[in-house]
Amino acid sequence: MKRVWQIMGMPVTLIIDDEQADEAAFEAVKNYFIYVDERYSPFKPDSEVSRVNAGLPRAEWSAELKSIWRKCQDTKYSTGGYFDVMRKGRFDPSGLVKGWAIDNAAGLLRRRGVTHFYVEAGGDIQVSGHPWRIGIRNPFDRHENVKIVELTDQGIATSGTYIRGSHIYNPLGDMAADVASLTVIGPNIYEADRYATAAFAMGRRGIRFIESLPGLEGYMITADRQATMTRGFERYVGVAA
Amino acid sequence: MKKLLLTAFVIGCFALYSFHQRHEGASVVIKAPSAATTQPPGSSKGNSGTSTSPAATTTYKDGQYTGSSSDAFYGFIQVEAVISGGKLTDVKFLQTPNDRDTSVMINSQATPILKQEAIQAQSANISGVSGATDTSQAFIQSLSSALRQAQA
Repeated sequence: MKRVWQIMGMPVTLIIDDEQADEAAFEAVKNYFIYVDERYSPFKPDSEVSRVNAGLPRAEWSAELKSIWRKCQDTKYSTGGYFDVMRKGRFDPSGLVKGWAIDNAAGLLRRRGVTHFYVEAGGDIQVSGHPWRIGIRNPFDRHENVKIVELTDQGIATSGTYIRGSHIYNPLGDMAADVASLTVIGPNIYEADRYATAAFAMGRRGIRFIESLPGLEGYMITADRQATMTRGFERYVGVAA
Repeated sequence: MKKLLLTAFVIGCFALYSFHQRHEGASVVIKAPSAATTQPPGSSKGNSGTSTSPAATTTYKDGQYTGSSSDAFYGFIQVEAVISGGKLTDVKFLQTPNDRDTSVMINSQATPILKQEAIQAQSANISGVSGATDTSQAFIQSLSSALRQAQA
């Protein structure tokens, strides 16, 4: 059973493949993403993130926001500063919150006893249970996939440029202009997502960075349509069918 | 002694070069600032003799071979090739450009050879797709909505 909602400005998808899919599980996940959006969206003036940017003193931050802040700082440190949630003096944890929220939604489903599921928000995916076949999108043609991977209890995230025709728009600046997309497979979507974001910002060196991290595999596509993969990546590659 | 070192050096360079020639698609990615181009080790000394392809039967003597220190425009690169069982099993970077602190951190890691391929469309039965486009569209959506508010 599959549901798709438009939340956080992106499609959020939940597939449950258990014998009996519980409608309440779908509602719980949907409501959780709505909660995250309202609380942490930098675009909503009433969100806690917006209030922090408006000067909310640290003593008044919620415990959850403090925990997110610490995760952001840890990630900044472990990526040599390439992952940074401070942009032009404003706090924007969106780059971390998406993976964190998908991971939490997966936890919520597991606690409800759901075993085979797929949770996706805007191209970042967590799967649980039976092997799930996931495509890696062609960054030059969104209707095509350039790789099929088979995952069980893992997360997969892709960071990339927005390509329209021959123009590449890179929200992170010139550093990554040469890299069209970088996909990371990790033990969960939280790890995959934050390291995909940081490695993408490193340019061509990003795939080396993923190679150096235990438990993570990566597939980098450069502007010349060449892909470079980490040494353990191929064990996830599935056959075309 | 000097002669021996020179010989070892020449063999090392050739071993690296012929390995590169024989393994198209498995090229060494040197971590570099975005402005610099990737360059296979051993190929920076001009192209004398590059038109002849090495004999397909080449086997390598086991051991570790240090290549030349080559100017890669943004710094110097020097590698050591490790041959075992007649095959190139590792390339160690003895010298890499340190343009900033982060590259020091990344360069300190092992630098194995990463496989490369040309991307190819796949048709398959899949449950979902990982990609960045949707996020970016969301980013642009949010931005335009913010801009619309700014106009109001």
